[in-house]
Amino acid sequence: MNKSRRSFLKIAGLSAFALSSGITGLTGEAHAKIAPGSYAHGGNALSAKRWAMVIDTRKFKDSQDYEPLIEACHKAHNVPHIPGRQNIKWFWLDSYAHVFPDDMNAHLDERTSAASWPLLCNHCTNPPCVRVCPTQATYKMEDGIVAMDYHRCIGCRFCMAGCPYGARSFNFMDPRAHLTNPVPNPDFPTRMAGVVEKCTFCAERLAVGQLPACVEAAKGRILFGDLEDPASEVRKALAANYSIRRKPSLGTQPGVYYII
Amino acid sequence: MLEKLLTAQKRYYVWLLFLLCVIAGCGLVYLQQLQEGLTVTGMSRDVSWGLYISQFTYFVGVAASAVMLVLPAYFHHYRQFKRMIIFGEFMAVAAVVMCALFIVVDLGQPQRMLNVMLHPTPNSVMFYDMLVLIGYLCLNIIIGWVTLEAERMDTDPPKWIKPLIYLSIIWAFSIHTVTAFLYAGIPGRHYWLTAIMAARFLSSAFCSGPSILLLLLLIVRRLTNFDPGKEAVKTLSTIIVYAMCINVFFYLLEIFTAFYSQIPGHEEPIAFLFTGHGGHLYWVSYWMWAAVAMAFLSLAILIPPQWRTNPTLLPIALVMLVAATWIDKGLGLLIGGFTPNMFEEVTPYMPTGREIAVALGVYAIGALVLSLLWKIALGVKKEVNHFGG
Repeated sequence: MNKSRRSFLKIAGLSAFALSSGITGLTGEAHAKIAPGSYAHGGNALSAKRWAMVIDTRKFKDSQDYEPLIEACHKAHNVPHIPGRQNIKWFWLDSYAHVFPDDMNAHLDERTSAASWPLLCNHCTNPPCVRVCPTQATYKMEDGIVAMDYHRCIGCRFCMAGCPYGARSFNFMDPRAHLTNPVPNPDFPTRMAGVVEKCTFCAERLAVGQLPACVEAAKGRILFGDLEDPASEVRKALAANYSIRRKPSLGTQPGVYYII
Repeated sequence: MLEKLLTAQKRYYVWLLFLLCVIAGCGLVYLQQLQEGLTVTGMSRDVSWGLYISQFTYFVGVAASAVMLVLPAYFHHYRQFKRMIIFGEFMAVAAVVMCALFIVVDLGQPQRMLNVMLHPTPNSVMFYDMLVLIGYLCLNIIIGWVTLEAERMDTDPPKWIKPLIYLSIIWAFSIHTVTAFLYAGIPGRHYWLTAIMAARFLSSAFCSGPSILLLLLLIVRRLTNFDPGKEAVKTLSTIIVYAMCINVFFYLLEIFTAFYSQIPGHEEPIAFLFTGHGGHLYWVSYWMWAAVAMAFLSLAILIPPQWRTNPTLLPIALVMLVAATWIDKGLGLLIGGFTPNMFEEVTPYMPTGREIAVALGVYAIGALVLSLLWKIALGVKKEVNHFGG
């Protein structure tokens, strides 16, 4: 009895050791494969030191002008349309008072106060969402894009509390139930219930040499480029025009600029 | 000592059975939440944390409050607390278990929760919160169990437990400080972005936690004749009064800064909580005013010594105090933090029935853990004749 128990423990111990060492071997390999720097940029990938967006709001007459942009974004990323307050937003519109609450005054000119203003993730240089995320499911890429790993996100929603721009949405329910079948863009993953998502600055499009979907649909009214490059289109536009950013006093350094 | 659970009166088992039924029923609601997602709650894109996280926050305070017994007993050798200290430690264990469960039920992908350990992230306050809560749970289980065992053997607890007890005292402060940092370090949420948050959390914890403990011990005294000791009850109620005074004072400091500076961002959440928005009062305002009334009423009863020691008035005052602090930290803190939202808009939040059911389930699990642990403690105290009275 005693002997058989001891031998059982021996075998159990040995197999546990073998299993765990095998598993660590495997995970070690997996880590090596995704180690930073071991991936190369694709041949036609667009790259930058710090991606930034400049929206020339003077060239948009009314909210209708933004509709094709919103549609392009939501189609490219399979963003579901969910009615109510548990909705998902990647690119949307709101009033000046809501978008720039700190710059509001009661006697603002009609054009500014009546216009619709486009909203998306600001891809901050100093993003609070990345700071608070307990699993690094949201992280900053080398080119300044704040990205999401939908498979690592535990759905704690700390990032939603942390983001001062309301740029993040949580999948309160299965988003696939609110998408067409087949989905608008089978090349981009759909999400599952219980994870947070937001605008990605179209990192997946940049990787294959395409500009972000909204930029493409804006036909020159939204500029996208490298903020660190003085010769880039965005830097030239910022040098030539007056521009503002949302809530600059918080020190997050948004990467989305609005030409007024 | 586990055998103490086997020799109880029938009504104790009926109580356990009742709790198990509640847990099972509410567990079914949680299964539904797992199936359908957090859409079953009243949370939204704008109010993305609700009842679950607020209960988590409140019970971290309850857990930390055990230190109000441990500190006088071990730093000041206040012997009167020795008899009931174990109940504070075991209540802390139950409270931390509840905290952990409230986090789990709040997660969108609970099966991935170990990602917090697999990908440790030192820049996230939640990472530290997990560390300090697990540490505090272990400390209280070890300290509680070892000291109770020593009491049973009628010996002094082993020497190695002393450093752990001292550590647990500092640790108690750390758990609630770190919980406050979850909120106080977030840019753009005006109601939370305040340096006094941790101090407010601690003061609120140190009045509400001991009040809950005292109320539960008064019930236990009725049921089992265990007497926490007149002198101990008196001292603990004095501690509760001081902590509550500081708590109310800290809240008034917030009000002064917001309304004397007249910075809209600071004023708006408090104004929303008490006066609603656009001429419309939301349900939370009634609760907030009730909290104000109960806070001052409880102080009115607790401050005069002759009322504080009155056996009928004391429990009434404690119930009001617990309710007031629960509304402040369990409702106002979260709703005020998310309203107005990042676009200066008001999105109302009200927990749904299913959300409340899941929260009740966690409460029932806490009550179950507490009932088991306290039964063991009471059994040991009875055996060695430390029942008092």
